[in-house]
Amino acid sequence: MTEPSERITVRLTVNDRAVTQVVEARCSLADFLREDLGLTGTHVGCEHGVCGACTVLVDGRTARSCLLFAAQLDGRTVTTIEGLTPAEDLSPLQESFRVCHAMQCGFCTPGMIVTVTELLAQEPMPSTETIREAISGNLCMCTGYVNIVRAVEQTVARRATGARA
Amino acid sequence: MKPAPFRYARASSLAEATALLAAAPGDTKLLAGGQSLVPMLNMRLVRPAVLVDVNGLRELTGITPLPDGGLRLGALTRHAELAASPAVRERAPLLAEAARHVGHAAIRNQGTLGGSVAHADPAAELPAALLALDARVHITGPRGAREVAADVFFRGLLTTALEPDDILTAIEIPAPPPGWGFVEIARRPGDFALAGVAVVVRRHPLTLPSLPRGGEGIGAVRVVGFGIGDRPLRLIGAERVLAGGRLDAEAAARAGAAAGADCDPPSDVHGSAEYRRHLATVLVERALLLAAARLAERP
Repeated sequence: MTEPSERITVRLTVNDRAVTQVVEARCSLADFLREDLGLTGTHVGCEHGVCGACTVLVDGRTARSCLLFAAQLDGRTVTTIEGLTPAEDLSPLQESFRVCHAMQCGFCTPGMIVTVTELLAQEPMPSTETIREAISGNLCMCTGYVNIVRAVEQTVARRATGARA
Repeated sequence: MKPAPFRYARASSLAEATALLAAAPGDTKLLAGGQSLVPMLNMRLVRPAVLVDVNGLRELTGITPLPDGGLRLGALTRHAELAASPAVRERAPLLAEAARHVGHAAIRNQGTLGGSVAHADPAAELPAALLALDARVHITGPRGAREVAADVFFRGLLTTALEPDDILTAIEIPAPPPGWGFVEIARRPGDFALAGVAVVVRRHPLTLPSLPRGGEGIGAVRVVGFGIGDRPLRLIGAERVLAGGRLDAEAAARAGAAAGADCDPPSDVHGSAEYRRHLATVLVERALLLAAARLAERP
């Protein structure tokens, strides 16, 4: 029988990189990404699954990285905001955020980008209402959301017309 | 906001999970989706010595249509799967609709049916949906396997028929009722409901030519409220008002009034008891009208 342990070895893929690491059982995925791997684009806000700042993709689906333990991620694939950002310049979604002033302090932005990435993968042409509902789990205390919705709509519109950001 | 130290084990079979849990039942928690447990760990509201990760147990997965028209749902079925599964949408559309109301997409991707039912939050959607659907909860433990009807599974605030060494393995739902309705009121999408209602209406087995046009004859009916008590509650007064009659706007309104009189909701910062009672009244009426419309669509 597997003996419960305080230290666990995990092998996972983070942003296309294979990682093998011994982690403390209680270490959250968010802390693992930030402190062990130096991927500080994943922000830690409320640490109980309410604010959405720490949202990442696990096997392509969004997850709150404060509500997963790194020990659970053995064999899984994690994509963070760093993995969604091109080596140079910005992705079309990020560029729309820049153009539309969809951020002020920027704390919620990585979680917003990750959440909208899943939304657009599932619904390439979302309505305004669908966009609003999708980002309702990501708290933004600065913008009032209007420009964030606008940025997502602009990304969708540019995709539809085939124009480059 | 970090959990107290604990030891972690990844169970590789249901038997192993049972043994790990039996080793220290009062001090061990099962980790499935973790969308309720991990916040409680982070806030140190619970401090188990051991977490047993059951996410790898294939015995707890799968959505299986049953020969009688019902469904068997593995405990690890994620909310997002419930909402999207063609089998669930066809055979238990009430449950698919309820799942769409749970939290946000990131929560629905991780959270599990079994976890929600075992946690038994009184404002949670899925326990209420299962009670309305007359579901059966399958449980295994060191003393063997058993099943418990949803009617007696939910005992009180975060309290169920599960013993500390039990594992909830699956949920079974009988053949789908033609009439159903699910409504809730929350401040924002994804918030816990201030109040919500799930109703299931079966047509009367006999044709009732004596009934005037404009209303379906009602056979069995279940009216369940959530967020209005210490657990999902059948609103028996409303069910009695409806039994044997026909389902029309007037009956729905009377059932709503009975539901409001029937419940004793809590007051908190989000809403007073009086407001929640008002919601119960209005939501029962709305859910019944939705059920009536669906009955009318399916002759």
